[in-house]
Amino acid sequence: MSVELKEIIKEENIVYRKTPALTGNVMHYCPGCSHGVVHKLIAEVVEEMGVRDKTIGVSPVGCSVLAYNYIDIDWTEAAHGRAPAVATGISRLHPGKFVFTYQGDGDLASIGTAEVMHACNRGENIVIIFVNNAIYGMTGGQMAPTTLVGQVTSTTPRGRDVKLNGFPMKITELLARLDGTGFVTRQAVHTPPAIRKAKNAIRKAFENTKKDKGTSFIEIVGTCSSGWKMTPVEANRWMVEKMFPEYPLGDIKDI
Amino acid sequence: MAKFKGAVVVDTEKCKGCNLCVVACPTGVLSLAREVNGKGYHYSEMTGPGECIGCANCGMVCPDAVITVYRKNVQN
Repeated sequence: MSVELKEIIKEENIVYRKTPALTGNVMHYCPGCSHGVVHKLIAEVVEEMGVRDKTIGVSPVGCSVLAYNYIDIDWTEAAHGRAPAVATGISRLHPGKFVFTYQGDGDLASIGTAEVMHACNRGENIVIIFVNNAIYGMTGGQMAPTTLVGQVTSTTPRGRDVKLNGFPMKITELLARLDGTGFVTRQAVHTPPAIRKAKNAIRKAFENTKKDKGTSFIEIVGTCSSGWKMTPVEANRWMVEKMFPEYPLGDIKDI
Repeated sequence: MAKFKGAVVVDTEKCKGCNLCVVACPTGVLSLAREVNGKGYHYSEMTGPGECIGCANCGMVCPDAVITVYRKNVQN
């Protein structure tokens, strides 16, 4: 028995497609960039919860500065690192809305350390999505606070030296120690099972907003194949080998 | 005989040929085309329709959300 392809390709047989909450614009990200998957997961969660008209995103400075072109919800743009401060204002003025920030490691763990620390310490009712790819992707792959020891970047051509540059900053563990955070987790989006887990974590974080359980913080360990000078498949492998020992996946805090 | 048969449709003009779907496919039905699309990328395409099981792994890992997956129960 053989089934023709056109027999299968019918509307009623669709099991996976682009969620309507994505605008359909071609993303400006490099091939294989983790940002695309994370955008998709946020869009799917917002669509499945039916809260597209109640969700407000705050986009950062970095590659994902143009996130508002891709997810069809309300957005605003914050100065570099200041997204949690802007989100604080929005969530306090609009208590019923789902407010989230979307930040990279250069944005959140470097220039925006103070904002994220204090927003989490105040326990603002927001979701923070932190995509950690261990470098500054947009500006040419410079060292970020999250860069691994020995990792070669454009500003550490001989590898990150702890004497000169310090240690990788584990901001997620730091934030988990604060009383204001309710849900702190670290996920990745390199395989289908990891993507499912990451989506569940994002869903849980948005559900927590309804229950006012404090700040939800989701770190997503991602790749930057252009900055790391690898193919997307090699970058995923490198991430598993090098990044995961330093940034282990899993829930760090869940109250 | 497999119980389910699947099919994958790639929006080839938006595909960037990152190869992640090809690696994620458990039955190896996807591969990058020899031809390129308007942006110069070797887009992903379905080469062996008989083997696709419609698991949607490719769709899930696609960073550009250009993959639609279909699955049909063919046992009956």
